[in-house]
Amino acid sequence: METGTLTVKRGHAQMLKGGVIMDVVTPEHAKIAEEAGACAVMALERVPADIRAHGGVARMSDPGLILEIMSCVSIPVMAKCRIGHFVEAQILEAIGVDYIDESEVLTPADESNHIDKMNFKVPFVCGCRNLGEALRRIAEGAAMIRTKGEAGTGDVVEAVRHARSVIGEINKISVMRTDELAAYAKEIGAPLELVRETAEKKRLPVVNFAAGGVATPADAAMMMQLGVDGVFVGSGIFKSGNPAARAKAIVQAVTHFNNPQILAEVSKGLGEAMVGIGISQLPESERLAVRGW
Amino acid sequence: MRIGVLAVQGDFQEHCAFLNKLSVETVEVRLPEDLHDLDALIIPGGESTTIGKLARQYNLIEELRKLSKTIPIWGTCGGLVFMAKEVGFDQPLLGIMDVEVERNAFGRQVESFEQDLFIDGLEGPAFPGIFIRAPVVKNVGKNVRILCQINNDRIVAVRQNNLLATSFHPELTSDDRLHGYFIAMAENPK
Repeated sequence: METGTLTVKRGHAQMLKGGVIMDVVTPEHAKIAEEAGACAVMALERVPADIRAHGGVARMSDPGLILEIMSCVSIPVMAKCRIGHFVEAQILEAIGVDYIDESEVLTPADESNHIDKMNFKVPFVCGCRNLGEALRRIAEGAAMIRTKGEAGTGDVVEAVRHARSVIGEINKISVMRTDELAAYAKEIGAPLELVRETAEKKRLPVVNFAAGGVATPADAAMMMQLGVDGVFVGSGIFKSGNPAARAKAIVQAVTHFNNPQILAEVSKGLGEAMVGIGISQLPESERLAVRGW
Repeated sequence: MRIGVLAVQGDFQEHCAFLNKLSVETVEVRLPEDLHDLDALIIPGGESTTIGKLARQYNLIEELRKLSKTIPIWGTCGGLVFMAKEVGFDQPLLGIMDVEVERNAFGRQVESFEQDLFIDGLEGPAFPGIFIRAPVVKNVGKNVRILCQINNDRIVAVRQNNLLATSFHPELTSDDRLHGYFIAMAENPK
């Protein structure tokens, strides 16, 4: 009997496919998310929109809050640590969270190094903007990838940009001659072995969700049609007028992403979507997606 | 041979890819109308609460119960939970298999593990068992046959006539013997 293997770490993400992972800040939110059909929740002290509004240094949440959320739902519970903050990760592993998000939404603790994720039994998910960044994270041990988008904005444009970038680059390498792959690996700063594996499989070697700016069922279904395996929704649910209804609608939209009739039906009468911030109004210094090396 | 794979949430693509490699045609099932002309059905791993809710919203529960009287159905992990009569949580269940299941019986994700298995009805070497927040069967009804047990007699594979259920994930391995076993069930319905 062997625990913490690459297979069980990556395998857990495979069980989340076709699902929605929702940010929650209280046990009540977690219950609403589970009731709506979330396949997992991300336990946080503040959703990204509030992290933006609050300013200052954003850190790992109180382990007490995370444990409280873990005790009130039966679905997997994820939690975030800062980029490079391996002790926050050790703490999250010690309390038994099911997945750690080494997240650019929190203030980075290290501006050169990400966590060596191979050293942990708990699996990690990491953000990316392009194929090179995704494969660097996988090389460090990430068992799941999410495209970053721009968290806490409610604007899907960056999520689309990052998903198209990753998927477009995979399409490109899948038709390259094998002798071109080495130069390409060097160009994007990714290990050649992983570039080869990705080209052969025509997909990332791990599950890839979309994140950062998904606010409506249509946003979620669009990301699925672009080719991601599932969707994270952060501020989009609990910053909206009717979280329970919106959560349920987004879950249905991810399952029936190719069925416009059902998408129309579930999009009706959801009340106010989160107000949001247009990316074009967001100064470069306030963009979270640029964090990650 | 046409096998449906319940595709509301979970690792249904992994099952489809596995079956396609064995030259079996697959259908992703999201709505009752996808259930026509199937020789068998697989309920994949995933979050059983999510799968149950989505199945209920689109009236799949009654349809799947009817289907379980005519064709073989195999549930893996979350699929086993969904097929069970009793799981100790308030969640939609098919209740087609006369078993009581304990969810996340080995603990949370850090306790997920790999272990070699010997399964009744499979010839050859040990089968690679992949257990992810896996359930176990706590009690079985009189028509349920136990196919595999591990550590202290924990039941991880069962069969009840045309119904098969496993706590682990053959679809994540490269060993095709259990998929072969299930295809044989579909070829020779009893």
